[in-house]
Amino acid sequence: MKIEVRAAALDPWREVADYEQAQTALHGAAGAAAVFVGSMRDLNEGDAISAMTLEHYPGMTEKHLAKICTAAADRWDLLDTLVVHRVGELHPADPIVLVAVWSAHRKDAFEACRHIMEDLKSNAPFWKKEQLQSGHRWVEKNTAGY
Amino acid sequence: MTVAVKFFASLKEQLGCDGATVEIGEVATAADVWLQASGGKAMPGNVLVAINMEYSGQNATVHDGDEVAFFPPVTGG
Repeated sequence: MKIEVRAAALDPWREVADYEQAQTALHGAAGAAAVFVGSMRDLNEGDAISAMTLEHYPGMTEKHLAKICTAAADRWDLLDTLVVHRVGELHPADPIVLVAVWSAHRKDAFEACRHIMEDLKSNAPFWKKEQLQSGHRWVEKNTAGY
Repeated sequence: MTVAVKFFASLKEQLGCDGATVEIGEVATAADVWLQASGGKAMPGNVLVAINMEYSGQNATVHDGDEVAFFPPVTGG
């Protein structure tokens, strides 16, 4: 399991490929990998967004993400989990979050990936501040996932 | 007792600081810590509380050396 909050740019597809290659225990055992990538949009609530700043609670965020992934591993039959989340300044199309889950069969991978992502959105301490033409605004709530 | 207080995101901007070290009586809740750290401001209804990096209620008891954080609803992902 790997959890990372990263200020530098994220290439989620390279991240998944590199992680999978390094985790030799997955080779031959993983019949399924479910991957979710969330990226920044250039429009929110009808307004053009030119940039965004993501803030987090260092320590608690990582701890909470680990808790979410451990709970998922207790509930589903998982081989490995990778979560990387950006902080700092982002621009439209930049990847924000990567959740990848490996399991023997697709059911566990699909369900756990979805669950981890929804739990992260609802509970992990991150906050988004959007840059509009008219100034800044904090995002006040996430859209419903279910 | 002494507790470390942290504020995040919009709350940090509204209060004009990212936290404080607060001296408070031996029996205190997170809500008491808020009142002291915010200078008596009413706590907004949607504020979330964490004690030592675990979600907690406003009425949870705090202990000497605790880190008490207040922040708005989370919006990651």
